[in-house]
Amino acid sequence: MSHPPEPKSRREFLAQGAKFVLLTGAASVAWESILAGTPETAPNYKTSEHWWAMTIDIEKCIGCGACVRACKTENKVPLDSRFFRTWVERYHVKGADREHPEVDSPNGGYDGFAEIYPAGDGAKSFFVPKMCNHCSHSPCTQVCPVGATFETPDGVVLVDATYCLGCRYCVQACPYGCRYIHPETNTADKCTLCYHRLTKGLTTACCETCPTEARKVGDFKNPSDPIHEFLRNNNIQVLKPQMATGSKTYYRALDGAVR
Amino acid sequence: MSKRRRSLFEDKQHLVRMAGIFAAGIVIFLGLQMALVPKTFGLYGHYRAAAIGEEASKPLTFAGRATCATCHLAVIDAHKAGKHARIGCESCHGAQLGHSKDPAHAKAQKPDPKKLCPACHEMNVARPKWFKQVKSAEHSSGEPCNTCHQPHAPQL
Repeated sequence: MSHPPEPKSRREFLAQGAKFVLLTGAASVAWESILAGTPETAPNYKTSEHWWAMTIDIEKCIGCGACVRACKTENKVPLDSRFFRTWVERYHVKGADREHPEVDSPNGGYDGFAEIYPAGDGAKSFFVPKMCNHCSHSPCTQVCPVGATFETPDGVVLVDATYCLGCRYCVQACPYGCRYIHPETNTADKCTLCYHRLTKGLTTACCETCPTEARKVGDFKNPSDPIHEFLRNNNIQVLKPQMATGSKTYYRALDGAVR
Repeated sequence: MSKRRRSLFEDKQHLVRMAGIFAAGIVIFLGLQMALVPKTFGLYGHYRAAAIGEEASKPLTFAGRATCATCHLAVIDAHKAGKHARIGCESCHGAQLGHSKDPAHAKAQKPDPKKLCPACHEMNVARPKWFKQVKSAEHSSGEPCNTCHQPHAPQL
């Protein structure tokens, strides 16, 4: 004999289900939040409690290329010399000719910099590490036609590779040249500020390996973060301020010749 | 011919038909939207919020100096005292998360001082003036750097 299910039993079933969800919910928040991709609900990391930025001290950069190598290792960036999430440029500014600095970046600085300029030629020579500026008004996210790139609530510009069409608009929109099309996935790729490390309480791969602490990742929402003092006590500049990108990569002692 | 006043709803079956088509269109649109737009799209902005968690769950390769300090106590103590104190272990020794998880099998390779040290200390005009630099060809006559210098805590 088959009876249609009684309303009572259905109500019981729903109540049981709701209870199951409520009771196990607390225990499975961490796992669920990872699966659902809502770090807002993760127990140890709240996007609303952070606002990430990077500081780079030009006078500390020795051009060793440790950051470039570490970044490629950590983020599985192709070793080809066209693809970088971070790279180092060498500037060579001759006398008063500040409009035409010589800039080179052999293999992005991955193998370091061989000496090519004679000592005492009267020029100013220095290294400039470059990376995604994690702009708070980022031109790259504004041009994405499908919402595949975005600024996270904690101030990091990310790419959703599963949503990216590979149309290359963002590659052209970035005034700093920080994006490339990954040759395997054919989607846009860029520095994530090692988001997978930051969310675990670790620093970025480039900061972890920088021997002179020229690079430091900072959290504006942490009142005791040294970034506040660093910005207050030094001459700070961002790249291409005229572009009004809201860049959050702050350079100390950046020469005006840097583009 | 008497002119009949036309009622506003005289041909209402046309309106009903159009309304039906519109309603069906809206239902189809909503159905497609529910099926095609990811659940978390638009939660924080015009993007798929789940992508944040996917990015956060990517695998690591660098363990971080705090992890190294849990085992290598003696060398960490020596390291603290020298001029290299603020350099992370993996800056010279490479990414060692694999080693930290399985120290018995994933052995860390000792770096070659002849290659490693000049990466930072070889003379280069673009390096800042405060930074110690040498022309290694003239400086050591081919001897490896660690003959004289202790890389973990250099005094010289």
